[in-house]
Amino acid sequence: MALILNEEESMLRESAAAFLDEHAGPDLMRQLRDQEDELGYRPQLWQAMAELGWTGVLVPDDLGGLGFSHVGMGQIVEQIGRTLAASPLVSSAITATVLVLGGGSKDQKAQLLPRLAAGELTMALAVDEGPRHDPRATALKAEQDGDQVVLSGTKRFVEDGHFADQVIVLARSSGEAGQSDGLSLYLVDGDVLQRTAVPAVDSRRWGELQFDGVRIPGGQQLGQPGRALEVLEPALDVTRIYQCAELLGLSRECFDVTLRYLKERQQFGVPIGSFQALQHRAAILWTELELAQSLVLSGLKSLDQGDSPEQVSRLASAAKTKLSRVAQLATNEAIQMHGGIGMTDVLDMGLYLKRARVLEAQYGDQRYHASRFARLSGY
Amino acid sequence: MQELAEFRRETRLWLEDNCPQSMRTPFVSDKERCWGGRRWQFHSDDQQLWLERMAQKGWTAPTWSREYGGGGLNKDQAKVLKQEMAAIGARSPLDSFGIWMIGPALLKFGSEALKQQHLPPIVRGEIRWCQGYSEPGAGSDLAGLQTRAEDRGDHFIVNGQKVWTSYADRADWMFCLVRTDSEVSKHSGISLVLFDMETEGVSTRPIKLISGNSPFCETFLDNVRVEKSQVVGDINKGWTIAKYLLTHEREMIGGMGLARGGDRSLSRVAVEELGLEGGQLPDPVLRSEITDWEIDALAFALTCERVNDEIKAQGVGNTSAMLKYYGTELNKRRYETLLGVQGREALVWQDHSTAQHWLRSKGNSIEGGTSEIQLNIIAKRILGLS
Repeated sequence: MALILNEEESMLRESAAAFLDEHAGPDLMRQLRDQEDELGYRPQLWQAMAELGWTGVLVPDDLGGLGFSHVGMGQIVEQIGRTLAASPLVSSAITATVLVLGGGSKDQKAQLLPRLAAGELTMALAVDEGPRHDPRATALKAEQDGDQVVLSGTKRFVEDGHFADQVIVLARSSGEAGQSDGLSLYLVDGDVLQRTAVPAVDSRRWGELQFDGVRIPGGQQLGQPGRALEVLEPALDVTRIYQCAELLGLSRECFDVTLRYLKERQQFGVPIGSFQALQHRAAILWTELELAQSLVLSGLKSLDQGDSPEQVSRLASAAKTKLSRVAQLATNEAIQMHGGIGMTDVLDMGLYLKRARVLEAQYGDQRYHASRFARLSGY
Repeated sequence: MQELAEFRRETRLWLEDNCPQSMRTPFVSDKERCWGGRRWQFHSDDQQLWLERMAQKGWTAPTWSREYGGGGLNKDQAKVLKQEMAAIGARSPLDSFGIWMIGPALLKFGSEALKQQHLPPIVRGEIRWCQGYSEPGAGSDLAGLQTRAEDRGDHFIVNGQKVWTSYADRADWMFCLVRTDSEVSKHSGISLVLFDMETEGVSTRPIKLISGNSPFCETFLDNVRVEKSQVVGDINKGWTIAKYLLTHEREMIGGMGLARGGDRSLSRVAVEELGLEGGQLPDPVLRSEITDWEIDALAFALTCERVNDEIKAQGVGNTSAMLKYYGTELNKRRYETLLGVQGREALVWQDHSTAQHWLRSKGNSIEGGTSEIQLNIIAKRILGLS
């Protein structure tokens, strides 16, 4: 498969860009922040995304979706990064959808996927309990009690966990924290949970979920008991590749805005973009963005081609490492090259900087993924 | 599709019958490569036979038209040939600045007579070419070159000095940038001329590099007579051709950086030399450094692939400066890390050693336009900063 977009994918990219420019963007992000919006996104925007069919891109057509490509969905998510558009799209229409597709029983698929595809259902994934990503460290206990399962423990930093209709919870059904075996996934109604919305630096919210002996009925397990990672890791890898698409979008936006500023801003009677010190830094950043784009597109293609989980994992970790670094460079350079004004809240650069770090930390930062890449490469 | 499959079948059979067994092993060092030329001493009968057979088919320059001795293959067929050669590990029969550089320029800008005269001997590996571009006073500022060509009616008399001419001491002809008009702006008075290195007044001297080798020379031009028929394109319009050749060279050097880096991945060398402890390289800092390089090398390889796909789909791209910049910097990093992997073993002074390759790699980001010049090109032509 060639590393270029086909006509349908290019059209989707353009229409997504046009839609999000009109209905999202940094100004909307500021409104949500300044109003201290508890939800962290506009339900109208989410509805409109569902009407455009974005929520069903990855759901097969016999289950109410569009069955379109990852490369196509990646174009939408890149534009979401560019416009800072907050919504449950990634957690519900990507992470949860891929988890149900990969681990759900026939009944679970038939029940959940059409509603996910229609945007009627929001779902969050609760993995981590500590500040650094580490699924194996899961301690939250799942104990069988007759037909029921009792969950006890805490999940933190759950993306969209403060409002999702349902939460997919990673729990320990046997063994001890640190072990890969003995982990299971359960579907839990959001309503039965004690949850707090923790404000994050990017003006969005994380859910902190308390499980004080939460009883869930039988049949709510997702995938094989004790072998959650077989379903979870592939779904996380898919999510990571989309995070990279989002990081690419926001990095390119920072670069474009900064490049315009280099041409406009005058000092010493000339545009500052005429200084070689800044030209070279801009050229290096542009080169890094081109490399980043190749990794994102290859990652999405790899998903569409149905490459082996090992190949996808390796590529996902390479991409997450590189995109985290490039986003760090792009956002830091954007602020530095804007000078004093870059430090102020008047400019949008700060919003992108903050979003970039939250995205990086979710599901493994550059260090986590560099080390994982090495391990997957056999060293 | 069917025709291509048939071509593949025929190619495979022909290679099987015609590629000598000893030409089916990878080059151990660059010294085993065949460069051809009047003074070429073949290393073996097989090397000669392989060149002659491939040249006979025109497959030393597969995509050049048959009338100039080329293979007359389309791009898909040339790709098939490359794949089939790779499948049996066939060596390149001929490495040549004629095929890589001046040939494509002649095909694009040269007169019919020049094509007829120069292309067939290039295909056959009979004439070895060198490039006369840089001068002691004109490196990055190439257009500031001072080698003067005085108009004497039907010929020029050329005086000046060229530097960094690769293998000039072994080359038969030079393609050379000269100043044919010094009254106009510096880009407007340049011409590209061709002359035989045996012409009276041409002399060369190798330059010894820090690696101990001398792949480059200084070339002195002292009242050298060059016929006007040997001007490529129009007189005073040589800068356009020079830029075309520089782009070509950038792509080649960027690609070579990748090829070298990609031969054997750093991590594989490290695992072979250092072994694993608990599934990981014993030194975590080295492991981390290797990983940084491997991820960047992967991103770069995918970028080369993407750029190629874009060029196929949309025509010409403007990414050669980026590839040259990043590919050469990556190759330099590779050797710095390799020193860490191999320790003092890498610093033993002998031929074809890691030390020599490491030292040679320092030139990658200088030759063919420095990294800084590539960044200038990106900033000005792509980003519009000026």
